[in-house]
Amino acid sequence: MDQAVKLSCRHVWKVFGDNAENLFSEGATPSQQELAAGGYIGAVRDASLDVHEGEIFIIMGLSGSGKSTLVRCLTRLIDPTAGEILFDAQDLMKVSVAELIDMRRHKMGMVFQHFALLPHRTVIGNVAFPLEVQGVDRKTREDRASQVIDLVGLNGRESYYPRELSGGQQQRVGIARSLAVEPDVWFLDEPFSALDPLIRREMQDEFLRLQSVLHKTIVFITHDFDEAVRLADRIAIMKDGEIIQIGTPEELVLAPATDYVREFTRGIPRAKVLSAHAMMSPNCQGSYPETTIATARIETLITRAADMEKGAAFAVTDETGAIIGELGREVVINLLSDTPEEE
Amino acid sequence: MTALSAITGRDDARISPWLLAWVTVLAATVALFFLKDQMPWAFKYPRSMIIPLRGVLNDSMKWLMDSADLGLFTFKELTRFLSWVIEQPYNLVKSLLSVGFLEGQGSYAVEVFPRMSWVAIIIAVILLGRYAKDWKLGALAGICFLYLALFDQWDSAMVTLSSIVIAVPFGVAGGLLLGIAGYRYRWFNQALVPVLDLMQTVPVFAYLVPILIMFGFSPVSAMIATIIYAMPPMVRVTMLALEQVPEEVVEAGRMAGCSENQMLWKVQIPSVMHTLMIGVNQVVMLSLNMVIIASMIGAGGLGFDVLSALKRLQIGQGIEAGLAITLLAIAMDRVSQALARRPPPVHGETVGKWYQRHPYILMALGAVAVTWFLGMFTPAMDAVPDALKITTGSFWGDVVKWININYFDQLDAVKNFLLLNLMIPFKRFLLTLPWVGVVAMVALAGYQLGGWRLSLLTGLLTVFLAVVGLWPKAMVTVYLCGISVMLVCLIGIPIGVASARNERLHRIVGVVIDTLQTLPSFVYLMPVVMLFRVGDFAAMLAVVAYAIVPAIRYTDHGIRNVPPHLVEAATQAGCTRRQLLWKVQMPIALPEIMLGINQTIMMALAMLVITALVGTRELGQEVYMALARAETGRGLVAGVSVAFIAIIADRLIGAWARQRKQELGLD
Ligand SMILES: Nc1ncnc2c1ncn2[C@@H]1O[C@H](COP(=O)(O)OP(=O)(O)OP(=O)(O)O)[C@@H](O)[C@H]1O
Ligand SMILES: [Mg+2]
Repeated sequence: MDQAVKLSCRHVWKVFGDNAENLFSEGATPSQQELAAGGYIGAVRDASLDVHEGEIFIIMGLSGSGKSTLVRCLTRLIDPTAGEILFDAQDLMKVSVAELIDMRRHKMGMVFQHFALLPHRTVIGNVAFPLEVQGVDRKTREDRASQVIDLVGLNGRESYYPRELSGGQQQRVGIARSLAVEPDVWFLDEPFSALDPLIRREMQDEFLRLQSVLHKTIVFITHDFDEAVRLADRIAIMKDGEIIQIGTPEELVLAPATDYVREFTRGIPRAKVLSAHAMMSPNCQGSYPETTIATARIETLITRAADMEKGAAFAVTDETGAIIGELGREVVINLLSDTPEEE
Repeated sequence: MTALSAITGRDDARISPWLLAWVTVLAATVALFFLKDQMPWAFKYPRSMIIPLRGVLNDSMKWLMDSADLGLFTFKELTRFLSWVIEQPYNLVKSLLSVGFLEGQGSYAVEVFPRMSWVAIIIAVILLGRYAKDWKLGALAGICFLYLALFDQWDSAMVTLSSIVIAVPFGVAGGLLLGIAGYRYRWFNQALVPVLDLMQTVPVFAYLVPILIMFGFSPVSAMIATIIYAMPPMVRVTMLALEQVPEEVVEAGRMAGCSENQMLWKVQIPSVMHTLMIGVNQVVMLSLNMVIIASMIGAGGLGFDVLSALKRLQIGQGIEAGLAITLLAIAMDRVSQALARRPPPVHGETVGKWYQRHPYILMALGAVAVTWFLGMFTPAMDAVPDALKITTGSFWGDVVKWININYFDQLDAVKNFLLLNLMIPFKRFLLTLPWVGVVAMVALAGYQLGGWRLSLLTGLLTVFLAVVGLWPKAMVTVYLCGISVMLVCLIGIPIGVASARNERLHRIVGVVIDTLQTLPSFVYLMPVVMLFRVGDFAAMLAVVAYAIVPAIRYTDHGIRNVPPHLVEAATQAGCTRRQLLWKVQMPIALPEIMLGINQTIMMALAMLVITALVGTRELGQEVYMALARAETGRGLVAGVSVAFIAIIADRLIGAWARQRKQELGLD
């Protein structure tokens, strides 16, 4: 990654239980057995990660694996038991309450699984809420709120109450609210999990559209690998509070660090994850009916491959347009028919 | 099926040690009777050993009032200041609703501006009903207020209303603030909860005494008592409501960068407003109840009318004023409940100019202005014209006279029969029991139901009754309470069962008990005194009428909530309806029914203190006398004793119900 690191955490622990700090005196770290024996819950254990500017960083894992807890540590909604958190290279653990409030007001936005809208406020009241809290005057904040409401496609619903909206619409309000202050880092905790599959799909597209306009740094939580693959630049996989592997979807599929990761990625159609670059062969002589950029996912090549003659191949190019390899039609077709073993 | 097997087959091996313990304690108690001459102290707590708690309290009160200095100001100055704070808005509201704005003193006063016209108030009440729910509610509220006007209760009713209009906001605000503090600070919460528990069990009269001494005989004292009495449920509701705010919503507020105060007032409180409104409704109802009782320390108004009618046995006036209280209570309850349940707003409601959004306020203001203008030409706007007034006073007097002439013998026979055969023997029995034996039994029951901690608590509380020298009076309280509760069970549980098994009856019973629950406790005294004069019997009937509601409600609820699969299984096994009731539904509903009885006991104890007005000789009388003579210590000690009896009953029954529910695999 060439972009600067925006947010990172180093050896972050969150242990629930009385006097959990004592476990960490003099730099010691407790083992899983020690935690269990003491009746503690190690919700996050020794997590380290870097989130780069402008990337979509996805944290995924099964229910109870500690995703929400980790994200709440990153925003300091929960105080970690040990470890450090760097936001723009500033140690979040050392900032004062006032500074923290200020950072949340201007640099962070968060979307919640169950929307977390204020029931007594209309759509515009909810979206303008973060600005109101900052003391922005009514006219300015409502103008700004209207803009974001337009952005998420809810114009016309400004005076509705959350209860009067569908789940998808409510989450659009949640998204608009989190964007109203133009945050640097955007946290989303399973934003689409509470939605029906169809709406979820629609919201994912919406999310990608927004990101193509906004280019935020994003930390996104999900327990759905499909969703992760669709949206992620990089994915961190968590299990029982630990981060097991961090990598691009392709890296996770091609080089799973453990059986657990392999199991996780098994259900995913390869064509959705692998890029032309991963499947090409480096020889590049001959003539090619079609070309593709190396980063393109195989999935996107299907229709063109189907139209090609047997034995033909794609030319694979880098960003400059130089050919760096070839990708046979059959490779694409085979990968497609490689249906996942479980759905 | 665990529940079914728990009903039928209990393992007897575990019970026998308890049986042994009970036999021992009972035998020891009986043995005491033979040793009565050697151990008189076990029967009559020796006078010399009585702890002079009363005197101590009296002295501290005196010290507080005469010489307590809180640094910047004295205690007396503090109470004066508090009175002043409450008095200002009270005077304003009272002028507005009741006496008009006057200049000058006493009978020389001239009215500079009239009070609101009764017509305007009735219109406003109708509009309020409409705003809260619909025109039907508006009409109901309007009719209740019209009664007040036509039956010549208006002036008193407005005095009562003024007190409530002031007491409720203070009660709500105070409850809200305490609740917030209890939610925020753990230590405060831990201190607060037991105080709330105690406040809700100490009979209100008990704290009327110190308030009377601190604030004098005045409407302000009455209002302070009202506020204190009405606040606890608001505190509880606030704490509960704040805990109900979804964690995510709080986090959303935090991520928006809310400060602590913004979080509270912009996120937490508004998002649980509907729950808080339930607390407001309770404050309104308790305030009304208390304002009536507080007429004894100077509140005036309807309560005063009922009280003086009771004292002079003027049945007609008493009933009219009692009915006025009832209707006022019904109107206020229904309207405030409707306000609490008002559907949340829909989009578009909150747009437009101020006057477009609040048509009803505008209409009410219009009515006030118009009637005020008309009032300049006709006095009919200010006071209800005599030609419109109706009185049924003599009618009620005649009815009672008629009943007494024609049915006196029958009524008297019933009363005497019950008194001679049931009540007096029971009372004698309780009074002859040695207090040592009672303490032992209560402690044993506590140990059996909740372990040594409960045993210690209940035992010590029972000992308290003896060592402050109130044992005989406490026993009379237990007797009256016990006999009333028995009667409640005999009447209430069958009604509850019937209503659980019959939908039509359920609806009718629902309406009746809702209404009964709305009535201030005072109201129940009127009819019983009319028919049975003063004394234990009348008191018992009033207590039964007042305290029957929870017994019916919990029984109904308990039977309805028997898990359906058990009922199906029993029906499948060929149970008749009667067998189903006795073998399945009753045993399983019993813990729930007992909780209802528990509530009944609490209410009965509260009511007993009020029945002291009709001449019972128990702890209530002690409190009442303390009030009449302004003896703080006496009132508080007796009041706390009542509270202790309540706590003992509550803890024992609660522990039993919990244990039984666990055995039945419910919960
Ligand atoms: N306040 C708390 N006190 C004690 N344990 C907690 C607390 N919050 C979370 N946990 C525990 O920490 C673990 C991780 O919880 P977390 O909510 O972070 O999981 P998650 O990955 O977000 O799961 P989900 O997908 O269900 O949201 C769980 O075992 C949970 O029970
Ligand atoms: Mg979660």
